[in-house]
Amino acid sequence: MDFNFLTTILFLPVLGSIVIALISKKDDRLIKRLAAIFTFIPFALALYLFIAFDRSASMAGVFQFEEKYLWIAQLNAYYHLGVDGLSMPMLLLTTFLGFLAVLISWKVHDRPRQFFAWLLLLETSIIGVFVSLDLLLFFVMWEIEVIPMYFLISIWGSGRKEYSAIKYVIYTLFGSAFMLAGILCLYFTTGSLNMVDIANHSLGMAQSIMPAAAIFFLLFIGFAVKLPMFPLHTWLPDAHTDAPTAVSVMLAGVLIKMGGYGMIRLCVSMFPGVAQQYAQPLIILALIGIVYGAAVTLMQNDIKRMIAYSSISHMGYVLLGIFALGQVSLTGAALQMFSHGIVTGLLFAMAGLVIHNVEVRDLRKLGGLARQVPVIAAVFSIAGLASLGLPTTSGFAAEFLVFLGSYSSTVPHAQVYTIIAIIGVVLTAGYILWMLQRTFFGPVKEEFNAVKDADGLEKFYMFVLVAVIMLVGIYPAFLTDVFKLGISPIVKLIGG
Amino acid sequence: MIPYQLIWLIMLLPLFSFIINGLIIRPFVKRESKTYGYITILAIGVSAVFAVWALFSVMSAANHEIVVPDVNWIVIGNFNFHVGLIMDQLSALMVVVVSVVSLMVQIYSLGYMHGDEAGYYRYYTYMSLFTFSMLGLVLSDNLLFTYVFWEMVGLCSYLLIGFWFHKKSAADAAKKAFIVTRIGDFGFLAGILILFVNTHTFDIYQLHNLAVTGVLGGAVLMWACIGLFAGAVGKSAQFPLHVWLPDAMEGPTPVSALIHSATMVCAGVFLVARMMPLFVYSTQAITLVAVIGGFTAIFAATMGLVATDIKRVLAYSTISQIGYMMLGLGAAGMVVSQNINDPHLHSLFTSELILTMAKGAVAVGMFHLFTHAFFKSLLFMGAGSVSHSTGTFDMRLMGGLRKTMPWTYTTFLIGGLSLAGIWPLAGFWSKDGILISAFQTQPVLFWFAMITVFLTAFYMFRVIFMTFHGEYRGGATDDGKDHHHTHESPRVMVGPLVFLALMAVVAGWWNVTGSFSAFFGLQNVSEPSIGEAFLSVFTFSFNGVPVPLISLLLALFGIFCAYAVYLKKWVTAESLGKAFGPLYKLVYNKYFFDVLYENIIVKLALIKGLFNGFEIFDRRGVDGAVNGVSTVVMGGGRAIRRAQTGQLQLYGLFIGLGVVVIALCVYFFGG
Repeated sequence: MDFNFLTTILFLPVLGSIVIALISKKDDRLIKRLAAIFTFIPFALALYLFIAFDRSASMAGVFQFEEKYLWIAQLNAYYHLGVDGLSMPMLLLTTFLGFLAVLISWKVHDRPRQFFAWLLLLETSIIGVFVSLDLLLFFVMWEIEVIPMYFLISIWGSGRKEYSAIKYVIYTLFGSAFMLAGILCLYFTTGSLNMVDIANHSLGMAQSIMPAAAIFFLLFIGFAVKLPMFPLHTWLPDAHTDAPTAVSVMLAGVLIKMGGYGMIRLCVSMFPGVAQQYAQPLIILALIGIVYGAAVTLMQNDIKRMIAYSSISHMGYVLLGIFALGQVSLTGAALQMFSHGIVTGLLFAMAGLVIHNVEVRDLRKLGGLARQVPVIAAVFSIAGLASLGLPTTSGFAAEFLVFLGSYSSTVPHAQVYTIIAIIGVVLTAGYILWMLQRTFFGPVKEEFNAVKDADGLEKFYMFVLVAVIMLVGIYPAFLTDVFKLGISPIVKLIGG
Repeated sequence: MIPYQLIWLIMLLPLFSFIINGLIIRPFVKRESKTYGYITILAIGVSAVFAVWALFSVMSAANHEIVVPDVNWIVIGNFNFHVGLIMDQLSALMVVVVSVVSLMVQIYSLGYMHGDEAGYYRYYTYMSLFTFSMLGLVLSDNLLFTYVFWEMVGLCSYLLIGFWFHKKSAADAAKKAFIVTRIGDFGFLAGILILFVNTHTFDIYQLHNLAVTGVLGGAVLMWACIGLFAGAVGKSAQFPLHVWLPDAMEGPTPVSALIHSATMVCAGVFLVARMMPLFVYSTQAITLVAVIGGFTAIFAATMGLVATDIKRVLAYSTISQIGYMMLGLGAAGMVVSQNINDPHLHSLFTSELILTMAKGAVAVGMFHLFTHAFFKSLLFMGAGSVSHSTGTFDMRLMGGLRKTMPWTYTTFLIGGLSLAGIWPLAGFWSKDGILISAFQTQPVLFWFAMITVFLTAFYMFRVIFMTFHGEYRGGATDDGKDHHHTHESPRVMVGPLVFLALMAVVAGWWNVTGSFSAFFGLQNVSEPSIGEAFLSVFTFSFNGVPVPLISLLLALFGIFCAYAVYLKKWVTAESLGKAFGPLYKLVYNKYFFDVLYENIIVKLALIKGLFNGFEIFDRRGVDGAVNGVSTVVMGGGRAIRRAQTGQLQLYGLFIGLGVVVIALCVYFFGG
C-alpha cells in the first residue's frame, strides 16, 4: 500500500478545520465551500476504499489498508490504523454524514468560521475512533470528540443549551473514566495496546491484575453511556433537543454508533466468555430500552426530543443484536447501526428543516403542513416509515436480521426476549404515525401559509439519503457482505 | 400456455405505471391530467389480460400449476435467497380477482375523482403501487416476500385512507388502520421467525412438504400457525381487530371498493389458504380459524343492521363476509384435520394425498372470496355513484334514487341480491358451499352462519329501500352545493358497474357442477348436466337437512322483513329500536369496542397510565438521580469551599493546629 488512504481520510477534515480557522476574510460562502470540499474528499476516498475492499472469504478478520508506525516507544504505543468488515461501513457512514452535515448547515450564519471548524474536527475524531487499532489512539480520539461537541451545543444550540452541553460532557467523561481504567487494566495485563493482538488472545493474560469480568464492565460502561443504554441515557434527549441540526445528525448518525462499535470491537471480541456469561441481563436492559424508550417517546411533544427518544428505543435493537451473540444477530446489529444512522440522520435533518422554516417545534402547535410543504412532508414520511421498519427500507432489513438472529440465539429464553422486542415495532408505528399526523396532516393552518418548502440544496441531500435508505432496504447484501467479514471471526471466538 | 415471463409481467406492469406516474412524468404533466389514469389503466388492463390467460393456462396445465423459474436475489448472512413466483390454482384465481377488480376501479375512478382538488397524480400513483404490491403478495413463493408485500399493501392502504389528509377524521382513520393491522403483523412476523428458525427456509412449498412429512409439527407448528393467523385477523379485520375497517371508509370510495372489500382485506383469507397444509396439522389453529370466522360473521352483521352510513354498512358486511370465508376455510380444514388424526385412516394417507386434500380444502372459502370480490366492489362503487349525485353517504338523506339513477339502482340491486344469497346469483352458490361445510363439522357455527344469512339479507335490503325507494330526502346540505336534482353518473362510472353486475350474476356458476372444486383438486362426486345442477339445489339435502333451501328461505324472509320495516313501515324502525332498547344501544355503539380500545386501553391505561408513568420516572427518577448526584457534588463543593477563605492568618492557624495534632499523635501512638 503506497498511499496512506486512512491517514488522508482521517486528517483531511481537521486540516480543513485549520484552514477555515486561519482564513481571515469573513467570507461565509468560501468557508462553506471549503468545509464541503474538505468533507467531500474523505467521503470519496472512503467510497473508493469501500469498493476496493477485498470481500473474499479469506479476508475474514483481516484488517485492510493497514498503517502502522511506532508512536511512543516507551509505552509500546503505535499509530496504527486499519479497517475490517465491521469498521469499513462505519467509516463510509461517518464520511458520508460528515459531508451531508456541512450541506445541512448551509444556513448557519452565526459565526460560521468557528462552527465549521468545530464540525470538521468532530468528524476527524469520530473517524479516528472507527479506524484506530491502537487502544491509546482509540482513547485519544474518543476524548477529542467531546470538545467540539461541547462548543457546538453550547454556542449554536437552543433552549437550555449550556445545561445540555455540560451534561453531555460530564456524562461522557464519566463513562470514559471507566473506559480509561479498563484500557489501563488491559495494558498492564497484556503489555500491549494493540487491539488486534489482544482480541486474538495471542498475548498471555497470565498476570491478570483484575478478573476479566471487571475489565469487561469497565470498558462496557464507557460504551453503554454513548450507545446509550438504559439507565444511562438521559443525556441524549437533552443534547439532541438543544443541539443545532447538523450536530443532531452527527450525534444520532454516527456518534452514538461509537458505543455499539466499541462493544463489539473491545468487549465482545476481547472477552467472549464474559459476554456470554452476562448476555442475559444485558439483553434485558436492551429490552427495557426498546419498550420503555418507545413508550416515553410517545409522551413527547417536542419534535426533536421525540426523535431523540426514538433513538434510545432503536439502539436497544443494537444492544439486543450484539448480546444475542450470533452471526446473524451481530450482522443485524451492525446493519441497524448503519440504518439508524441514515434514517435518524434524515429525520433530524427534516425536523431541523421544519423548525427552521416554520419556527415552531411543539407538535401540539404544528399541523396540516403537508399542503404547504409537500416535499418536506413526503421525505419526512419516508424517513418515518423507514424508522418504523417498513419493508424495502433499511430499517426493515436491519430489524428483521436482529429478530432472526436473536430468536435463534443460544442465550437462554432468547425466544421470549425476541417476542417482547417485536412489541417495540408496534409502539414505533404508533409514535411515528402520530408524529407525522400531528406535524403534517389535519386541517391546514393559515399561519403557515408563507412557510417555504425545501430549496434545491436541501432537496439534494434529502433525496440522496432517501436513495441510500431504499438501497440498503432492497439490497442489504452490499453491506452485510462486508459486515460478515468483520463479524465471523468474533462469532468463532464465541464458538457459535 | 402462457410464457412464464408474462407471469412476471402481471405483477411488474403496475410497478412500471407506478414508476412512470410517480417519478418520471410528473415534471411534464399537470397533476389534474387524466394521463396518470390512462397509464395506470393501460398497465393494469394488460396485466388483467395476462392474468386471465394465466388462469386458463393453469386450468389446462398438468397438476394445475405452471412452474416459474427462480431469480437469484441476495445472500444475507448465512441464508441465501432467491425470489420466485407460484402460479397454481390459488394464485391464478387471486391475480384474476385483483387485476380485474383493480381495472374496473381504475376506470371508475376517472369519473369519481374528476374535479378532486388533489388531482389524479397522487391517486393513481398510490393505486398503481397498491396493485403491484397486492399482485406480488399473491404470487410470492416465500413468506419473507409475502410479508414484505403484506406491509406494502398496508402502506398503500394507509396512504389511500388518508388521501384527504387535511380531514382530521381521515388522518385518524389511516393511522388507526395501520396500527391495528400492525398488531396482527406482530403475530405474522413472530410466526415467520418461528418457522424459519426451525426449518431454515421461507419457501412456502418447502414448508408444506415439511409439514406433511411430519418434520414440522407439535407446538412449533401450532404457534407458527396462530402467529400467521393473527396477521390474517389484523389484515382481514376479523374480531377482535375489526375496528379499523369501518373507519377506513374515510378514504375515497373506489379505494374502499378495491382495497377494503375485494383485495387487501381478503389477503388474510389468502394467507390462511396458502398455508393450509400447515394449518390442518394443528387442530387448535384450524379450529381457531373456524371459530373466529363464524363468530365475526354474525358479530359484524349485527352492527351492519343499525349503521346509517351506506359505506359503513358495506364495511360491516365485508367483515361479516370475510368471516364466512374464514369459516369456510376452517370448517373444510377441520375435516382434513380429523381425517389425519383418525387412527383408522392413518395408513391410507400418503403425504402427497394429504397435501392434495389440504390444498383442496381451501376451495370453499376461496370460492366465496372470488364471488364476493365482484359483488362487494360493485356495491361499493354503487354507493360511490350515489354519493356522487347526493353528496353524502348518509342514507337518511337519500331515498327514491331509483328513478333518477336507473343504472346504479339496477346494478346495486343485483349486487344486493347476490350478497343476500338469492338463487341463482353468484353469492348463493358460494355461501351454500360454506354452509354445507360448516354443517358437517360445527353445528353451532352452522347456526350462527344461518342467522347471518337472514341478517345479511335484512341489512342489505334496508340499504336498498332507504337509498333507492321512497321519497328523496334532499342529499347533503353541508357542502354548499345543490343536490336537489339527482342524476345518473357518467358512463365511465356506469360501465364498470355493469360489468361487475354481470360478474355478480355469473361468477357463481363456475361451481354449479363442482368444477371449481375440481379445479382445486377435489373429486367430483357426480357430474350432472348444468340444467339439472341448477335445479337440484332445491331438492338437495345433507343428512336429511335441506341446507340450500333453508338458507334461501331465510334470505327471502330477511328481504321481506326489510320490506315491511323500511318500505311499507308496518313496523317502524324507531319502535323496533325502542323494543330492543339496551340491545339496540349496545349494537349501535359497536359493542363499545372503540371505546374500550381507544378510550380505556390506549388513552387511559397506556398513555395516561403506564407511559405517563414511564415518562415521569424518566424525568424524575433516572434523570433526577443524575441531577441529584450533581447537586450533591456541587453542594459538597460549596460546603468545602467555605474553608478556602483566602485569609493567610486562618490558614496559618489551621497549619499550626495540624502540627500540634501530628505532634500529639506521635507522642501518644508513636513508638
